[in-house]
Amino acid sequence: MDSGHVAAADHAAPQTSVPEDPHFGKASGGKVGMWIFIAQDGMSFGGLLFAYGILRATATEWPVPSDILGIALTAIATFILICSSLSMVFAVEAAEKRDQVGLVRWLMVTIAGGLLFLGVQVWEYMHLVHAGIGFAECTWEGETVNSLFGSTFYAVTGFHGMHVTAGVIYLMCILRGAMKGKYTQGGTSSSPVELVGLFWHFVDLVWILVFTFIYLL
Amino acid sequence: MTSDHIHPEPTTFLKKHVFSVDHKVIAKQFLWFGLVWLGIGGIMAMMLRWQLANPGVPVPLFGKLLFPRTSGVIDPASYNTLFTMHGTIMIFLGLTPAMIGALGNWSIPLMIGARDMIFPTLNMLSFWTMVMGGAVGFYSLFVPLGATEAGWTGYPTLSTTVGAVGQGETLWAIAVFLIGASSIMGGINYITTVIRLRCPGMHWMRLPLTVWGLFLTSILNVLFIPVIGSAMIILVLDRVFGTTFYVPASIMSGGTGGDPILYQHLFWIFGHPEVYILILPAWGVVCDLLSFFARKPAFGYRASVGAMVAVTVLSAVVYGHHMFTTGLSAMLGESFMLLTMIISVPAEVLFFNWLHTLWKGNLRLTTPMLFAMSVIFVFGLGGLTGIYLATIGTDIFLHDTYFVVGHFHLTMAASALFGTFAAVYFWFPKMFGRMMSERLGKLHFWLSFVPLVIVFCIMFISGYAGMPRRYYDHTSTEYLRPLQHLNVATSVAAFLLGAAQLIFVYNFIKSRWWGEPAPQNPWEVGTLDWTTETPVPHYNFKTIPVVQCGPHEFSNPVLGPDTDWIYQTEKLPG
Repeated sequence: MDSGHVAAADHAAPQTSVPEDPHFGKASGGKVGMWIFIAQDGMSFGGLLFAYGILRATATEWPVPSDILGIALTAIATFILICSSLSMVFAVEAAEKRDQVGLVRWLMVTIAGGLLFLGVQVWEYMHLVHAGIGFAECTWEGETVNSLFGSTFYAVTGFHGMHVTAGVIYLMCILRGAMKGKYTQGGTSSSPVELVGLFWHFVDLVWILVFTFIYLL
Repeated sequence: MTSDHIHPEPTTFLKKHVFSVDHKVIAKQFLWFGLVWLGIGGIMAMMLRWQLANPGVPVPLFGKLLFPRTSGVIDPASYNTLFTMHGTIMIFLGLTPAMIGALGNWSIPLMIGARDMIFPTLNMLSFWTMVMGGAVGFYSLFVPLGATEAGWTGYPTLSTTVGAVGQGETLWAIAVFLIGASSIMGGINYITTVIRLRCPGMHWMRLPLTVWGLFLTSILNVLFIPVIGSAMIILVLDRVFGTTFYVPASIMSGGTGGDPILYQHLFWIFGHPEVYILILPAWGVVCDLLSFFARKPAFGYRASVGAMVAVTVLSAVVYGHHMFTTGLSAMLGESFMLLTMIISVPAEVLFFNWLHTLWKGNLRLTTPMLFAMSVIFVFGLGGLTGIYLATIGTDIFLHDTYFVVGHFHLTMAASALFGTFAAVYFWFPKMFGRMMSERLGKLHFWLSFVPLVIVFCIMFISGYAGMPRRYYDHTSTEYLRPLQHLNVATSVAAFLLGAAQLIFVYNFIKSRWWGEPAPQNPWEVGTLDWTTETPVPHYNFKTIPVVQCGPHEFSNPVLGPDTDWIYQTEKLPG
């Protein structure tokens, strides 16, 4: 009986006796990890955009994107997404200032921006499919167009849309913690907000590229 | 934040041995997983060699069990599946976990003086994602309409629904994607750990070269696996949703089509770095072990690091040499040829350093040392023959022949495999607390090394004579019939090589449970992993060590006449 207690104490002992180990650099592990993750995610977008570029450059016919895709609406969606990046900056600032109300507010604004963007994307998809631009077959105003136009469009924007969805879910998890006051206790407690911010800015930045290559050029 | 990777010792069986977040347990899981798959992939290779030496003769022992419909004969479709899965399994499910998963998880935290990987949960996820990938890949062998048959490179249009109707190909792509995701998780973890968790005094130029190799491998993993991820996503879209990214217009029922060469670009953007992903850890291990067992400092430490960094950078810009026969423009072809040739410069630096480390060393020819030295030889053979393949003029002749098979097996397969063996023999005492049998180890070495060199050197000859790879039966082609004796000789050597691995299995299992207990530092080397006790305690180090000198301070005259090594935690006298 006694020895069992001793063993239990031994198990618990290392946890308390482990000192704060010295580390190199100022960036937290989470931050370094997030940057590396962003690099790899950038490469996967790179792969898809590379495929899009080659397919479009070698195609015998390719419709003018602006004829088919609604630039005006998507420009508004792009603006909303960029604004959500700004609100994310305010959220990080609020967390660092230990301003819980501000953090929750700005996180909610950011999430709303992401959801609005996704809403526009869903509406756009429905509209395009209805008009004949399918994933594997494309017609526009009664004429057949290169099916790869639809395939690349949905593959690239869909991949980005999944990132926005993941980002919104990630932000919601952070919002839950923010409501409990987890990230506004000073010191390094705000760093999870900073990390979600990094990811969110990345998703926005990639959208600028996707918007340029898929819609504008 | 700084000590997030510190976690209490688990108490339940499930958390201790199955869903463990401890890097040491995960390393052992990866090792077992990788060794089992190496075995499966090896048996597949044996079956391939059987078919090539005795076309149409039933496979002995288990043939009737595996191919009941043809009463034990490997049918052409199964042959295709076998060589496809042999490649996929050996690269993604054998060497990747055994070399990068096991060696990385084991040696990085211990060699840099950390208590664990920086993201322990991600580490666990990495292992279980790989298990899922393995399960999906294995399941793909048993699905309706057939398993994958497109070769490990999965080129369209063979791999699209035009060439492969079965679900096996789709599952193969998903398996590769999952295994890639696992490697990315591992890569993020390794890089961050090396950047953040080095103990005091362990600056970059004091890292053991094993850690350097693994670090650079992880960078390649993180940057280039996403590209094959994209390629696999697109392949699945083509197969499942009927898009035509990879399906050319000429085989469509009218309308527009995509570009099968696009896949080759995406695949080789990843595929060529993958070669270095597998070889860099082996190089790192070789650099370290040669120094440890020659009892000399690693010659040109900084040059070795620089060479490995140079190879890492260059590996990203040479992939086009896999595609000389696809109608690449002459300008691109020549650029890729030149860049490929440039890689041999840093490779030569490494060779020079290795040979100079051995030069006049006090060699201790232990099993790990023998395997490390064999990597020099085997990689040298593979590297020299690579020059023929990097040169456009000769590559067009040798492309898709057994010359290529011999070349890449020696460079990325045999070198990485022997590097893995060296690492397993070397770290086994620390890992399992017992010594492996040296006698059986040396027997295993010689019986592996000699047949292996014979197998792949004959392939050079038959490939040079024009024998194409991936043929089901070379005797069915008039001009190849005179070369059949080469196939028979290759197969005999291959069976010897396969049989020799049974010695390793016996040695490994026996030593794991009944071996002689290992002392703390059986090899008398000074890196941090050997400063801690055996078996390694849960937190690796009682207190975080402070490093005072480099990893290879052997035979330093200031140490005096009594000893030829010191720990990295000790200060050099004087």
